[in-house]
Amino acid sequence: MRVLRSGAPQLLAFAAVLLADRLASPQFLAVHLQDGRLFGSLVDVFNRGAPVALLSLGMVLVVATGGIDLSVGAVMAIAGAVAASLADSYPLPVVLAAALGTGLACGLWNGFLVASLRIQPIVATLILMVAGRGIAQLITEGRIVTFASPDLAFLGGGALLGVPMPVVLVLVMLLLTLALVRGSALGLMIEATGGNARASALAGIDTRSVTVAVYAWSGLCAALAGVVAAADILGADANNAGLWLELDAILAVVVAGSSLLGGRFSLWLAVLGAFIIQAMNTGILLSGLPPELNLVVKAAVVLAVLLVQSPRLSGLTLLLRKP
Amino acid sequence: MSRNLPVLVAALLFAAGYSLCATQFPAFLTTRVVGNLLTDNAFLGIVAVGTTFVIISGGIDLSVGSVVGFTTVFLALAIDRWGIPPLAAFGIVLGAAALFGAAMGALIHVFEMPPFIVTLAGMFLARGAGFLLSTESVPINAPLYSAVADLSVSLPGGGRLTLTACVMLAVFLVGGVLLHATRFGATVYALGGSRHTTGLMGVRVGRNTIAIYALSSLLAALAGIVFSLDTASGTPLSAVGVELDAIAAVVIGGTLLTGGQGGILGTFLGVMIGGLIQTAITFDGTLSSWWTKIATGLLLFAFIALQQGSVALAGRPGRAARLRPEQPVGRPVEARP
Repeated sequence: MRVLRSGAPQLLAFAAVLLADRLASPQFLAVHLQDGRLFGSLVDVFNRGAPVALLSLGMVLVVATGGIDLSVGAVMAIAGAVAASLADSYPLPVVLAAALGTGLACGLWNGFLVASLRIQPIVATLILMVAGRGIAQLITEGRIVTFASPDLAFLGGGALLGVPMPVVLVLVMLLLTLALVRGSALGLMIEATGGNARASALAGIDTRSVTVAVYAWSGLCAALAGVVAAADILGADANNAGLWLELDAILAVVVAGSSLLGGRFSLWLAVLGAFIIQAMNTGILLSGLPPELNLVVKAAVVLAVLLVQSPRLSGLTLLLRKP
Repeated sequence: MSRNLPVLVAALLFAAGYSLCATQFPAFLTTRVVGNLLTDNAFLGIVAVGTTFVIISGGIDLSVGSVVGFTTVFLALAIDRWGIPPLAAFGIVLGAAALFGAAMGALIHVFEMPPFIVTLAGMFLARGAGFLLSTESVPINAPLYSAVADLSVSLPGGGRLTLTACVMLAVFLVGGVLLHATRFGATVYALGGSRHTTGLMGVRVGRNTIAIYALSSLLAALAGIVFSLDTASGTPLSAVGVELDAIAAVVIGGTLLTGGQGGILGTFLGVMIGGLIQTAITFDGTLSSWWTKIATGLLLFAFIALQQGSVALAGRPGRAARLRPEQPVGRPVEARP
């Protein structure tokens, strides 16, 4: 009950967006089963929103420590490139291990820069954001690598009990992350680190390891999102895979009501935030409005949410201004 | 000394890189390459001047690339479709951009929102507005544009200094004076050092914050004008990701991302180093374009590591710790005697 109450504004927003979508397109809520998979616009919202939902799972933890991860889009491109180039010559577990391992390595690099070299998170992850797309192109040699492996394609287009695989993966990752951070003291440590790093360190929390861990997790989630995106289109496009998705992931976290200054987070609200954004995208497409309106709507949403938050932020903002 | 070290390193790096290129490709010694280096990076340079002000003041502006894109498409439509004279269109777009930047600065100051997220929203807004105007590339056929394309100062040795390159050099000159020799410039540094203290000293923080972001957007619009003069067309997709190139150039030029330290000369060197990498890769011909991104990333890392090192060496741990409150500080409690 407490969980539901804390997410009431987001749930209401999601319901309102879905209602608007329903008004724009009468068949919006129609869902039917075909070839063992659910189809319909509503299912599509969850399916298309899956990569951003995966990204926001990692991003919300990073933001909770007071950081930010701008490199997730580039990590998606790298992991997608790795998966697509290996897919036809190696079995799926090897492909997945390689792609996720690459993402983990990227996350560890970010964590090392932030925690050990003490570089500002925006800048530390900017390095990989700039270089990462170059690395992805290096892997694909500048081409769009396609593959035919049905195993990998299943992750993008398949279905489990009628539910599309990307949605299943989001649920699995959500439960796994929940178990990891809420099933142990880790979540509390993450919030403590974001709340006041120095006090947490003095209280005996290994803030450095916590910081590295959240960036590593963000890298892993981004890699999985990259694999899903590559599996969806049966190929890896180093230039466009995950382009600007870091902004959508940050937006999802903002919509989830997590403070960008760190200190509190909600995993399921971040995932819900990603789906709210996707529902808006789908709604604009369905209603026949120009898709370009999307960006303007997103900007309005960010500003509205921040304005709502701002009285609460005011006392703390000086902390963020100085870095 | 440590204050000027990053600029010195950037200058040495540029000189070393240029000499290395010159030994490999003798054409680098001609004024033609120098002229092209300045022309090709003109619009990035203009954007980077604005970014320098914002970063020194302790903020960040992610919206500049979108403002460039919006400017080019607005100019194309205004001049070609709506029949507004080019110079009037320039005035309108510069004014609109300055207002846009001022609005972002006002949001940042009045509602105490993080600059990063406000300018992110600005980025969406400007890019979206550009797309709403037109989704396609629109050519510009005004006589002024073809006249400007031929306008250039001939350099000895066959090179040309185009009007756009001259505009960039002028912006760097004016920006340098504004930052280093006026009261506004001193305020920018003070804001980057500590907003709170600056406010206590009686400086009007709000007014200056608004001016800084207005300046950044104004220069982005000027860069958009230069961009449209260069390409004689406008597309909402132009200059995607330029904000990151500009931030990279500013950092490579030795400006501290935490604010309060840096300069215009360093930014100029940063832009030129980026341009040099691109030119070298073009000359080489065997290296692929993605090496530009990887090289820029590596340089970015090297220079940030250098910054961290020099801040640590400056021996002001108190300051360093205060500058990064969100990061884990120090050791566990039992390390204390």
